[in-house]
This record gives sequence, structure tokens and C-alpha cells, in this order.
Amino acid sequence: METTNFVYNLIPNETIAIIVISVIPLIFLIVYALLAILGELKISAWIQERLGPMRTGPWGILQPIAEVVKLIQKEDLTPDSANKPLFNLAPYIIFMGAYASFAVIPFSRYFVPSGINIGLFYIFAVGSIAVIGIVMGGWASNNKYSLLGAMRSVAQIISYEIPGAMAILSVAVLASSLDLEKINIAQEGGIWNWFIFGGQGSWSKIWVFPFTLVLSLIYLVASLAETNRTPFDIPEGESELVAGYHTEYSGMKFAMFFFAEYANMFVVAAVLTITFFGGWNSPFGNFMQGPGWDVFWFISKAFFFVILQIWLRWTLPRLRVDQLMYVGWKVLLPFSFICFLFISLFKMIN
Amino acid sequence: MGEKKRIELDYSKIESDRMRLNVGPQHPSTHGVLRLEVELDGEIVTEVVPHIGYLHRCFEKHAEKMTYPQVIPYIDRMDYVTSMNNELPYVMAIEKMLGIEVPEKVQYIRVIMCELNRIASHQIAVATFGLDAGAFTPFLYFFRDREYILAIFEKASGARLLFNYFWIGGLAADVHPTFKEDVLAIVKQVRKTNKEIEDLLIYNKIFIERTANVGILPPDVAINYACSGPVLRGSGVKFDLRKNEPYSIYDRFDFDIPVGMGEVGTVGDCWDRNIVRMREMEQSCRIIEQAIEQMPNEGDVQEKLPKKIKPPKGDIYMRAENPKGDLGFYIVSNGTDKPERVKARGTSFVNLSVLPEISKGYMFADLILILGSIDIVLGEVDR
Repeated sequence: METTNFVYNLIPNETIAIIVISVIPLIFLIVYALLAILGELKISAWIQERLGPMRTGPWGILQPIAEVVKLIQKEDLTPDSANKPLFNLAPYIIFMGAYASFAVIPFSRYFVPSGINIGLFYIFAVGSIAVIGIVMGGWASNNKYSLLGAMRSVAQIISYEIPGAMAILSVAVLASSLDLEKINIAQEGGIWNWFIFGGQGSWSKIWVFPFTLVLSLIYLVASLAETNRTPFDIPEGESELVAGYHTEYSGMKFAMFFFAEYANMFVVAAVLTITFFGGWNSPFGNFMQGPGWDVFWFISKAFFFVILQIWLRWTLPRLRVDQLMYVGWKVLLPFSFICFLFISLFKMIN
Repeated sequence: MGEKKRIELDYSKIESDRMRLNVGPQHPSTHGVLRLEVELDGEIVTEVVPHIGYLHRCFEKHAEKMTYPQVIPYIDRMDYVTSMNNELPYVMAIEKMLGIEVPEKVQYIRVIMCELNRIASHQIAVATFGLDAGAFTPFLYFFRDREYILAIFEKASGARLLFNYFWIGGLAADVHPTFKEDVLAIVKQVRKTNKEIEDLLIYNKIFIERTANVGILPPDVAINYACSGPVLRGSGVKFDLRKNEPYSIYDRFDFDIPVGMGEVGTVGDCWDRNIVRMREMEQSCRIIEQAIEQMPNEGDVQEKLPKKIKPPKGDIYMRAENPKGDLGFYIVSNGTDKPERVKARGTSFVNLSVLPEISKGYMFADLILILGSIDIVLGEVDR
């Protein structure tokens, strides 16, 4: 397969190149997580008419670093009655699930860490691993609150994953591919060619717009459940479960949960960007289009959805666990089936 | 969303392991140091046993060792978010025993302060109820407004939480010169925020789904458990001491008693109890506006009293409408300057007793909401 990754051209040694390629997303992830934590603090402060952190650095911009330093200093506590191997392993499994998705996320046409042709499927597959980590952590903590949180997490995974997968599947139908690169290329040529407007093609694609719009919203809702954020932060459900599955974690292991949550937020935002909102493509056709601009457009679109998630978190109350399943099975799933059917029909006719 | 709300299970047919869970005393949503021993069947609550006493400070025993004015600061510490309202029935009782009539101006200031404190208390109640449902932002909007109310109290009494402002025969100090303007500005702000909260939280679809048809308290059960305040009125019982047994000067004002009507669910559910509080804030605003208009500017705020207050031998029961409900003091005097006995009927304590009755069969997440909708303050539960 012809590689499009610029790192291979820069570094002749393939082994070193692969290491560099896999480290770049990690560095990006760390920088992004610090930015997202700051964003969370500041956006919540603006919504709530507060100032937010103001003391660490100008306007408190160093606050995330201070928090990381604080977490490193904390005692790494393992409860006496916990199942130690599982307890210690769980945060890393959750983080791995989030980080593994970065292997296929195309930041630019010249930087696709791994151009496998089933990228979309892969993201869904590794995304579900996080739940295993949650169950492990929740069960191994030997705490009733953690156990309840883990139970809820398992109960909710299927209810959001199926509608979410159906929504993404219709994009695969439109692009005739599961390859994230090909999905991106299929949306070239301005905002009008994004899959939310039906992708490239004649004016008849306007018929698809209502369905893609609904599907993108369905995926947005499902992704909120996947990242365990309000209104679907039921496994953590602070008001009743204290902190849910990570009640017993402290120090760096808690930081891993935190880190994984933010990484997951970016992954779902990236998937939404790639599938419905043109991925790396500029909204103005050939204007501001190019390998460098790719990174700019991709990251700014993804950040928009990350900020949207933060915004929703500080606005909405939390759903109850049975209500989430109701939403998943009886609302999102039928709608996603209908939309999928119509999009498939449209694709067949064209 | 879901039609099925109350989960009815025939436990004789389903055999499953129950889990006993200690909720509290250190828990984010028990509103203080309350411990709930909960028996769970999966997520469904089968039994709730509240354990109280973690904040017991021997108020009633202390009161026997104090002179009458010295008891007032202890009364502040009962329901520490509604101190002004707590003081009112106590000082009224002593004044009645002594047979003194307080000046007009004092009466008005007391009513204004009580109603401001009622707004502040209901703001906390609705804010923490929203917090229990997972909405963090309305909490801070309410606390921002509460600051303005506390600023008024601070200007009047010097304290922000425990005022010791209503004294026997009058007030600790006169209000500041711009009192009327400040209070009217607050009333305006409270109305503005309440409008905002109604859009953001009260009529939010998720919030309605969470709270409607949850924790239904039928009116007869509410009366049998001697519930009072918004908990009773949420069940549709129109009973408010300010109207039914007017004390102080409440008969001079025109206001309504909001009751739960089951607008989005069943009468007496969590949403109803919450909306009663929201609407009472508006009624308090109306009372304050009328009181500000009628209040005389001139006058003394303290009656002439002997240095040692010695009510005649006898006993008295005086009650008043606290934001949480019906707060009563039974005071026995033996003719000395110290009370023989001070018995308080704590509203939160009585209202809390209904929790095990109404929370069975709901989900665990609902239990927290039901507890939040009862709006207890542990300082008053344990005293």
C-alpha cells in the first residue's frame, strides 16, 4: 500500500519512523488534555459567571499543569481489600482503549498514523475496550459504589453503541468505504460536499440532508454516553455514587481515568468530524486547502465538538440509568435504522 | 420518555441478593451528616433507614442553662440557613409571655428579614435539588443571588449566617439608611434569576423526566406524618401558618399559597415539591414589596425591658412558618431568668421521617432526589 505519511519520508529507518509516528499522537494528546482541562475550567466558569482559576499564571492558564503536579504528588493508594492486579491494571486499560483509537485518526493527508482500511470499525472496536477497564476497576475496588458504577456502565454500553454504530455505518455507505482516509477524500471540495450534506454528487443529494443531520445528532448523543459525560455520566453519577467506578482511585491512577476521559472526548469529536463534517477538508473548497491547513481544520473542528461537550455538561442535568436505556433502544435505535435505510436507498438509486 | 416510573416487583417470585449500602455520613448528596442505610435490589431501593444524630449539639439541654436572650444564638444554629425565621417564634413566645408589644417598625423589619431569608433558604433548596439531579450551573446562579441577600443581613446584623438579630422586645440594631432600595433591588434580581432558572432547569425535559412521578407523597400520608411546609403543600394541601393562623403582621399582606398541582406528573411528586418552593419565592417577593411600602421610617427598634428578663411562671407553645415548614417552640418558665425547658419541634426532623415511606421501589438515583426534595438541614434534624 502506498504510504502517505510524511514521517516515512523524513526518517529512512522504518522502525524509528514507526516509533516517532506513535509518539506524535501521544504528545498531541498530552498538550490537548492540558488545553481541554483549562477549557473545561474556564468555560464552566464563564457559564456560571465565575472567573475560574486566576492565580496560576496569567488568567490561570497554568492551572492544568498545577493539577497534574498535584496528582503526581498524591499518595498512590490501593485499598486493602481490593484485587490488586486488576485494580492497578484498570486505569491503563481504559487509557489504552482511548489511545489506541489515535492509531487511525488522520490528522492530515500526510499524517495518517496507520492507514488501515477498516479504520471506522477499528475505532468502534477499541473504543469498547474502555468498558472492560471500567468493570475491572469497579469490581476490583471492592467498594459498593464502584460496583454499582461498573454495573451501570455495562448496562449502558450496548444501548448507545448500536445507535452510534448505525449512524456511522450510513457514512460508510455514502463513502463506500470504512477507510477514514477515503472518507475524508470523498468529502473534498467545500462545505457542500461534506457528508452532512450527502457528500459529493449532484443536487439530488439534498434529499439525504435531513437523514444525515439526524444521524449526526444521534452519533453526538451516543458519543456523550461513550465518554461518560453529562447528561450520561451515569456510571460516575456524582450525586448518588460519589465518583462511581473510580471512587477508590487516587494519585496518578485517578489521573489516568481523567486523561482517558479527555482522550475519549477527542476521539468521538474526531470521528464526528471525519464522518459528517469533512474531516481535514476546508469548508471553502480549494481555498485554505493543503497538508498544513488539514491539521488546522481537523483540529479546530474536533475542538469545536469538544467544547460542545463541555458546554452540554455544564448545562444539562443527568439522566437516570433506565432512561438512558430507553433513549438508546426506543428513540435513537429506530431513528438510526430509518435514516440508515433511506441513505442506503438513496445510494442504491444513484 | 419512559412511561413506567414506579417499579413494582413481586419479591416472592424474584429471589435475588440484596445489597446493604451505607449512604453517608460522608456523602456528597445527603445534605450534611445524615446516614441512610439503604437496601438495594440491583438499582431498586427496597428499604431505607435514616440514622441521625451525627450533628447533635444538645440544644435543648443547653437552653436550660442559659438566660432567655442567650438562647437566641443557639436557635440560629438549628436550621443554619434560615436563622432569621428560627428566631421569630422564640422571641414572639417570650414577648407574649412578658406581655409586651413590639413597635410597628420592628414588626415590618422582622417580616422583611424573614421573607428574605425564606427566599435565601428556598434558593439553597432548589439549587441543591438541581445539584442532586446533576445540574451544576443553576446552583451557582442561586448562590450568586444569595450573596446579595446575605449582604443585607450583614449590614443589619453584622453576620452572614448566624444573625442573633431578633431580640426579645425588638431588634439588635436598626437597619441601614438605604435598606428599602437595597431590598427592592434584590427582589428584582430574584425574579430575574427565577425566570432564568425556570428556563434552564425547572422546565428542562431531562429534569422533568427525572423528578416527575418520583417520590409521590399522597396528601393523607403527608398529614399522618405531620409533614409541613413545601413538603405538605407539594402534596396539594393548602396549609400555611402565615395564612391559616396569622402571626406577627402577616394578616396585613396579600399573598397566595402555592400548592402542588401535578402539572407534569402526579400530585405530590418531587417536581411539585420543588415548584412550590420556586413559587413561594415569588410570593415572598410580593410580601416584601408590600411591607416595604407600608413600613414606617421613624421609630425605635428596641422596647424598654428590664435587664433580667423573667417571664412569669407558665408555659407557651408558639409556632411560625419556617421555609422548611412548621417550626414550634414549647417554653416552660419557672419565673427565673432561665427557662425550665425549651422544646423545639424541628421541621426537618419531622419531614425526614417520611423518607422511608415514600422512597421504596424507586431507583437508587431517585432516592437522592427524593431526599433533596424534602430539603432537610441536619442542624435542625439533630439539634
